[in-house]
Amino acid sequence: MTAIPPVDAPGAPAHTGSTATRYLGFVVAGGLALLVALGLFISPPSIEQGDATRIMYIHVPSATTMYYGFGLAGFASAMYLWKKTEFWDLLAGAAAEVGLVFCGLALATGSIWGKPTWGSYWQWDARLTSTLLLFVLFSGYLAVRALQMDTAVRAKRAAFVALFAMIDLPIVHYSVDWWRSLHQEPTLARRDPEIDGMLLFSLMTGMLVFALLFTWLLIHRFRVEFLARRHETKGLADAIATRRAEVHLDQSHRSPDVLDASTGAMETTP
Amino acid sequence: MLTDARLVAGKDLRLEFRSRVTTTQVLPFVVAIVLLFGFAFEPDADLLVEVTPGLFWMTVLFASMLSIQRSFGIESADGVRDGLRLSGMNPSGIFLGKAAAVFVQLIAVEVVLGFTVTILYGAPIDGLGVLIVTALAATAALAGAGTMFGVLAAGLHGRETLLPLLFLPAVAPVLIAASQAHGLALAGDSGSGLRWSALLALFAVVYVSFGALAFGPLLEES
Amino acid sequence: MTDAVFVIAAWLITGVVLVGYAAYVIQRGKALSRKVPVEERRWTSK
Repeated sequence: MTAIPPVDAPGAPAHTGSTATRYLGFVVAGGLALLVALGLFISPPSIEQGDATRIMYIHVPSATTMYYGFGLAGFASAMYLWKKTEFWDLLAGAAAEVGLVFCGLALATGSIWGKPTWGSYWQWDARLTSTLLLFVLFSGYLAVRALQMDTAVRAKRAAFVALFAMIDLPIVHYSVDWWRSLHQEPTLARRDPEIDGMLLFSLMTGMLVFALLFTWLLIHRFRVEFLARRHETKGLADAIATRRAEVHLDQSHRSPDVLDASTGAMETTP
Repeated sequence: MLTDARLVAGKDLRLEFRSRVTTTQVLPFVVAIVLLFGFAFEPDADLLVEVTPGLFWMTVLFASMLSIQRSFGIESADGVRDGLRLSGMNPSGIFLGKAAAVFVQLIAVEVVLGFTVTILYGAPIDGLGVLIVTALAATAALAGAGTMFGVLAAGLHGRETLLPLLFLPAVAPVLIAASQAHGLALAGDSGSGLRWSALLALFAVVYVSFGALAFGPLLEES
Repeated sequence: MTDAVFVIAAWLITGVVLVGYAAYVIQRGKALSRKVPVEERRWTSK
């Protein structure tokens, strides 16, 4: 039986961090602090929505980051179907999950923003409705990834689900948009007609910081996905090895019949 | 490809004809839903007529899931799936054939559903032309998307429960467009109704094309 | 601050979710790293 090296061998990272993620992590942490300062204190309340605009500083970045995540998942899925390398499959899964987190946040913050602005937590606003649909679509994608089956087959199926979701995206957006436009409603999608410089700056900062945060989360999540895959295949390999060992033990214990090493034939002692 | 499609469609429909699953199970199911929706809301004629388009298409969506599960259920016995794979038939052809069979069954369901809804909810039958065009386009879209998700979710290992989760949100646009077109047709606004039908036709093209391309790779190694 | 409850709720929820998710990922990373042999812990292009 092959010896498994000790866990704390020198130079062996027992976590998913690295120099890159350390630096990035610090930048992200700093950025988030800046965003809090800007969003909650420094930038002024807007004329129309008062302080509710402050929610936009996290809602809009959440939404854009969600698109990065899902877009990347779609792209990686297409690449997987082309190149068939594990890397793309792992990337797609990681990107989709992180994207889903931001999607949920976009929905939550959008809904919370709606209460003081629209008067209710949900108004079937075109963008929010499409986002909810996206949430369900990609939950389905992750559900397919969670199936217990051969990894290559599963990866291929998941890739097609992701690709379909990507193709469906514009279709969903368009039909929901059209559907909502028929039922007259003040266009609250225009967030602020006259965007104050500071508001815009805070918004941009938010989008940048969230994009960096997404990257940081993605790197870690990718590594986790990679490790999980190694663990999964290792588990299977170990099980096979154990079974094989059992078979050998079985046969070598069966005397007087002994397996002849050279011919592999069973020799019975006369 | 088209001969393969015709072969598979013929097989599926013949199987359906002999087993009559659609007639004995899906149709009563559909009527039951119409009835139950009636119970869920007050027997308020105005309300029911107003929600008819939406309810009609929601019911079609549920029925299509049954049809699709059935479409792939018949392939799961006795290595029939392997037989399909090894038959040398063009996978896109197989896809089109299965989708066509589902399409035919769903149209039949919709006709019966239409009668049921007209009688039970008192919905008028105005704008029949638009209704027909809408139904054809929407059903094609549903059959296309459904067959694609069907092959993905079919088979063992507890994948069947995935079909609703994958299929329903994916065809939400079809529901929107079909309900709108249906509603506008009933209200006498055929022009606007036809615009939604055109959109549905676009959906149908996209879903069927995607499905035809994806079916081959998905059919391998189940 | 007008609508203070909503603003705080939104930011708080966002913070909790993001920090929580990050912690979850890192934790899983550590747990899996311990289970996988050293040579196999990092993806390297072959």
